[in-house]
Amino acid sequence: MANKVAESISREEFFYGHKACAGCGGSLAVRAALKVLGPNVVSVLPAGCMSAVGFNFPQLCFSNNSIISTFAGTASMLTGVEAGLRARGFKDFTAVGFAGDGGTADIGIQALSGAIDRNDNIIYICYDNEAYMNTGIQKSGLTPFGAKTTTTPAGSNIHGNIRPKKNMFEIAAAHDIPYAATASVGYIYDFIQKVQKASKIHGTKYIHVIAPCPTGWGVAPDATVDIAKEVVDCGLWYLAEYENGSFKLNHKPKEFTDVSAYLKKQGRFKHLTDEDIQIITASRDKKWEFIEKNFEL
Amino acid sequence: MRPYIREKKDITFDDVPENTSFEAGYLTTVNSGWRSDRPVIDTTKCVSCEQCYLYCPDGVISIIDGKAAIDYDFCKGCGICAKICKIKAIEMEAERK
Ligand SMILES: Cc1ncc(C[n+]2csc(CCOP(=O)(O)OP(=O)(O)O)c2C)c(N)n1
Ligand code: SF4
Ligand code: SF4
Ligand code: SF4
Ligand SMILES: [Mg+2]
Repeated sequence: MANKVAESISREEFFYGHKACAGCGGSLAVRAALKVLGPNVVSVLPAGCMSAVGFNFPQLCFSNNSIISTFAGTASMLTGVEAGLRARGFKDFTAVGFAGDGGTADIGIQALSGAIDRNDNIIYICYDNEAYMNTGIQKSGLTPFGAKTTTTPAGSNIHGNIRPKKNMFEIAAAHDIPYAATASVGYIYDFIQKVQKASKIHGTKYIHVIAPCPTGWGVAPDATVDIAKEVVDCGLWYLAEYENGSFKLNHKPKEFTDVSAYLKKQGRFKHLTDEDIQIITASRDKKWEFIEKNFEL
Repeated sequence: MRPYIREKKDITFDDVPENTSFEAGYLTTVNSGWRSDRPVIDTTKCVSCEQCYLYCPDGVISIIDGKAAIDYDFCKGCGICAKICKIKAIEMEAERK
């Protein structure tokens, strides 16, 4: 039985023996993307779980050329890698970055914005586990409303994070970037196809992939893929693309699954009241109204 | 080809890199000790659909002679493969009974 998607990517493993927790969604995203981009890929990783688990000298788990950047400088280092290799006459290579949600939406947003503005020929992948996980689960600009983190604890007055999640996909698109996409490791075929597509487009490409962290989300290690599917199926995340100035929705669930079922499976949302869940459901519905109005369906 | 385990040797000064770069894909330790459950593949059931191969976060599954096979040196026993296999060809078994 041939699997066409498996046939379309490298059989080699470029991220192997890493020390990510069992069932880590971020490591699945990095592994899959590198298998799409192949041996001539140069990857840049800022501080965050994926660099922490991949480079523990002498255990070096990337078999492609790979480098750790400053926390804020993923995109600017990508700019330099791409320009440097091009100046030295290399043609067949891809510069890709893998930064977390904190490293993208908070700390690295200026460098990313600059790279998109210059339209540097790079792929920037944000693996979004919705908090600063490597330092022990602190809230980032991409932590969703209601989530409990060590800096947004759940008490009787305040129920976790009081702010909504930034929309990095639309922030990237607002630069009129050549290609931006959202994805989820629960829909790995869709993610692989988006990385393949990005590798063929010239200019800056931004892919935002939801990558559950069993440790920070409070789910079992074998739940990563299921929960990454469910966040799409219940409508709290969506699979979309931005290209040639317009938005396109790739997947519309026929009927949303229960938001509270999605939330209550996770330790970080266990404290939420029915009212909190209503707020979350209402903001989902508002988002989908916007999508239906502004996205090609 | 994957990053592979190197033979253990006593490190001398000459082995320490002079700058911050070093050989890519250089492994000195395994991850098997992390596992409390191990995935066991029933090869008579496996139809090599490669779902488990695509979803394993550690990339330790490959198709050998038309069947899924696991590199137990690096499998962490997360159980994702057992859940993703539609025909239930993978069973999680306790490492220590
Ligand atoms: C300039 C700087 N500030 C803070 C840190 C500490 N730090 C290392 S990793 C990390 C968390 C990164 O979070 P995120 O970008 O979401 O990636 P994740 O760890 O969740 O994969 C922090 C705060 C650092 N290394 N450098
Ligand atoms: S803490 Fe979360 S993101 Fe970090 S390695 Fe573990 S599972 Fe992955
Ligand atoms: S998912 Fe199941 S049937 Fe498919 S390759 Fe893996 S073990 Fe075989
Ligand atoms: S248990 Fe986890 S690490 Fe081991 S083969 Fe299955 S998916 Fe891969
Ligand atoms: Mg994070």
